[in-house]
Amino acid sequence: MSANLSALAYLVSSVCFILALQGLSSAKTSQRGLTFGVAGMVLAIVTTLASPIVTTYGWLISGIIVGGVIGTLIAKKIQMTALPQLVAAFHSLVGLAAVFVAAAALLEPQAFNIGEVSLIAAGSLVEMGLGVAIGAITFTGSLVAFAKLQGLVSGNPLIFKGQHPLNALLGVGLILMIVLFAMSESHSLFWALTVVALLLGFLLILPIGGADMPVVISMLNSYSGWAAAGIGFTLANSLLIITGALVGASGAILSYIMCKGMNRSIFNIILGGFGGEQVAAAQGKGEQRPYKSGSAEDAGFIMKNAKSVIIVPGYGMAVAQAQHALREMGDILKKEGVQVRYAIHPVAGRMPGHMNVLLAEANVPYEDVLELDEINRDFAQTDVAFVIGANDVTNPAAKTDPKSPIYGMPILDVEKAKTVLFVKRSMSPGYAGVDNDLFYKDNTMMLFGDAKKMCEQLIKALEE
Amino acid sequence: MELISPFVLGLTVFILAVFVGYYVVWKVTPALHSPLMSVTNAISSVIIVGAVLAAGSAQDPLTQFFGFAAVVMASINIFGGFLVTRRMLEMFNKKK
Repeated sequence: MSANLSALAYLVSSVCFILALQGLSSAKTSQRGLTFGVAGMVLAIVTTLASPIVTTYGWLISGIIVGGVIGTLIAKKIQMTALPQLVAAFHSLVGLAAVFVAAAALLEPQAFNIGEVSLIAAGSLVEMGLGVAIGAITFTGSLVAFAKLQGLVSGNPLIFKGQHPLNALLGVGLILMIVLFAMSESHSLFWALTVVALLLGFLLILPIGGADMPVVISMLNSYSGWAAAGIGFTLANSLLIITGALVGASGAILSYIMCKGMNRSIFNIILGGFGGEQVAAAQGKGEQRPYKSGSAEDAGFIMKNAKSVIIVPGYGMAVAQAQHALREMGDILKKEGVQVRYAIHPVAGRMPGHMNVLLAEANVPYEDVLELDEINRDFAQTDVAFVIGANDVTNPAAKTDPKSPIYGMPILDVEKAKTVLFVKRSMSPGYAGVDNDLFYKDNTMMLFGDAKKMCEQLIKALEE
Repeated sequence: MELISPFVLGLTVFILAVFVGYYVVWKVTPALHSPLMSVTNAISSVIIVGAVLAAGSAQDPLTQFFGFAAVVMASINIFGGFLVTRRMLEMFNKKK
């Protein structure tokens, strides 16, 4: 295939990818969008395979088959609650693939038409250095995120003295090394900068706690895009540049939305350590305040007699896999003539849109699931707010207490509902380590127990 | 006339694509943010294009190995990413 023809085919692929993202503007068009995405990818791969410089196919085809089988098996087997860690794992693969492609380009530039060994243009080397650095950071950063989400390491922020100066030093060192590498095309420098970037990715994500994962995943999503774009610059391939830019922009926007959902700056999150001091402060209080707790029967009675119920799910629902039982409970209430809706906070769960996917999995109708802006005003007119596995996103302190670490975060106004039912394992504070005043309000009833078991008990209570 | 360097051309394409991405992604409904992530993950594996060139045209075994490994990883992502996205979108679209 001639160079011009492949460039045109790549252009068509790029347009397909744009259409794939555009399709996601509504659920109806989303599947058509996905078809465009797949078509774009097939076209890109076939075009590359047909390129005249590709001469050996055996390795290639077997590589695609091996990867394809592994990918297919994972995609079929994975539970929807494990989606965040799956996405993190996938990001790490993109990062590592970027590192490998950059390494291949360095070792044998003629294979990519970008010059000869030790005669690569300085510009290409800068791009190669950037691509490999971002790729390596994405790789180890995503591995740490995966380990935290999978529970392999503690989700708590891990902070040590001198962490920020060390990261800053590594960052500056990395940039210097890229410059020196571009001037010298030294292979040892290339590997050294790869190692530094790997280390940096590891250290950057380590101090970030579990509840900040929606931001981290979005950020790594963005990095994986920039890494692809960096490789695109190195290989002077517009398809890689365009796709990388699309993915990079997408991840950046998601990070921004998540940050806004927590009213924190991206720097604040990257610098990490949320929760550390606050836990100490919360424990310092020590006093026990009175609260009301009730049984599933009490709660069932209240909900049955309500006109409207708004369910507020959070990460706890995902952990307990309570979405199916919750939907069943909602169905029974609906049959009783109760209006049942779901309110989703932007940062509920561990990745953007996490709750929406779980509720969709459990067959909750799309129209019943509303975003914060759409439903927040309705809490004042609702009889029951049923909070299950969420905590900080409902804490009124975000509006009233300027000293609270979550002050300024947009919250769901559940306290305005006539009755608040709060499903929780125990009275321990939420992730941010902040006590929730909601627990002690007169109109709040605590329902202690595992989210799934509580829903099952409620179903029983409602059916009687 | 002086030829425009590939970098400048690439940068032009890159900046314009960032703008396209910006406008397209803001239109994505928040309910579909998870599928957005998995589909962007799948398409960022278009890096397989570079991997295929390395695995299919290199002479040096080490380069071939890098290319092959990158082809496998990118393929896992492409298949896994698209299929997981499809699973999710089916859940959003199923008829009750």
